[in-house]
Amino acid sequence: MAIAGEIFRHNLTEFLDESPQLHVLAVDDSLVDRKVIERLLKISSCKVTVVESGTRALQYLGLDGENSSLGFDSAKVNLIMTDYSMPGMTGYELLKKIKESSVFKEIPVVIMSSENVLTRIDRCLEEGAEEFLLKPVKLSDVRRLKDFIMKGKVKEGEKRSLKRMRSIDGSPPLSATCSPISLPCDPSPSLLSPLSSKKARL
Amino acid sequence: MDRNQSRRQVAAMKQSLFDQGLLDEQFIQLEELQDDANPNFVEEIVTLHYRDSSRLITSIEQALKERNPLDFNKLDTLMHQFKGSSSSIGAKKVKAECNLFREYCRAGSAEGCMRSFQQLKREYAALRKKLEAYFQLARQAGPQETACRSK
Repeated sequence: MAIAGEIFRHNLTEFLDESPQLHVLAVDDSLVDRKVIERLLKISSCKVTVVESGTRALQYLGLDGENSSLGFDSAKVNLIMTDYSMPGMTGYELLKKIKESSVFKEIPVVIMSSENVLTRIDRCLEEGAEEFLLKPVKLSDVRRLKDFIMKGKVKEGEKRSLKRMRSIDGSPPLSATCSPISLPCDPSPSLLSPLSSKKARL
Repeated sequence: MDRNQSRRQVAAMKQSLFDQGLLDEQFIQLEELQDDANPNFVEEIVTLHYRDSSRLITSIEQALKERNPLDFNKLDTLMHQFKGSSSSIGAKKVKAECNLFREYCRAGSAEGCMRSFQQLKREYAALRKKLEAYFQLARQAGPQETACRSK
């Protein structure tokens, strides 16, 4: 029993020590805002890719229909943060395209906007945006987002570790050895609740 | 001038900019992003903002010349960008002028737009001058003790 616990802890530590960096794709037509969001994310130890438009974002992801095969493996994006008001493709339109994609729809998308318009916020959340942030975006916003996404990743890592464990000794893991980390569960809409939606604060 | 005196001057100048309502919390937020590796981050961002602003001011001026009738949508869009950039550096008063201009756009008031734009340009120029003096003094005073940023 003790050995199984040790193996579990070792596997999990290995996973966490690798410190998989969160890779964030940030989209904004304003150079000033791109520089600021890039800094915010780097300070929060994220890997950052910044692009200036929705079109470029889709190109980066490989969703522009040209080189769709290359897209996902090289990108491995964990979070997309996009400005709402952009010339050409708006953040809302980009959000829709991402949610329509079978490959990328699971990637959380956060909308940033300088304008506090309730209908706009509703539209975005209904379309599947994870969060709607009011600009200027703060370090606390980014930290909170990162914590939320990382929680999802730890759960994923646990699942993998547990699978590995099962194949080692054939027995299921003991919950007693798992505290304080909880056992993996289905990602449910309740994951959204840790994030205080900007909507609730209005 | 000794270093402590310089630093006090910088702090006083900054406080004054806040007291005059020229800067808001966002400026402080930006300062907190500075560290030993990026000691001039705020100045870099503000410099980029000047670039944006110059371009936008020129575009707005051009658009205001194209009367009969004025393209209020275009003006509003340009001003939205100007406002965003100003907001990102914490330029409180300039941002307020941007909002006023946009209200005149929505009201379809050419007269209002022209007047508020003149005022906006004055506020922008005044802030720019003060910030330039501030950054010059800050550079002379040397890097301030920034709180340890834990990764």
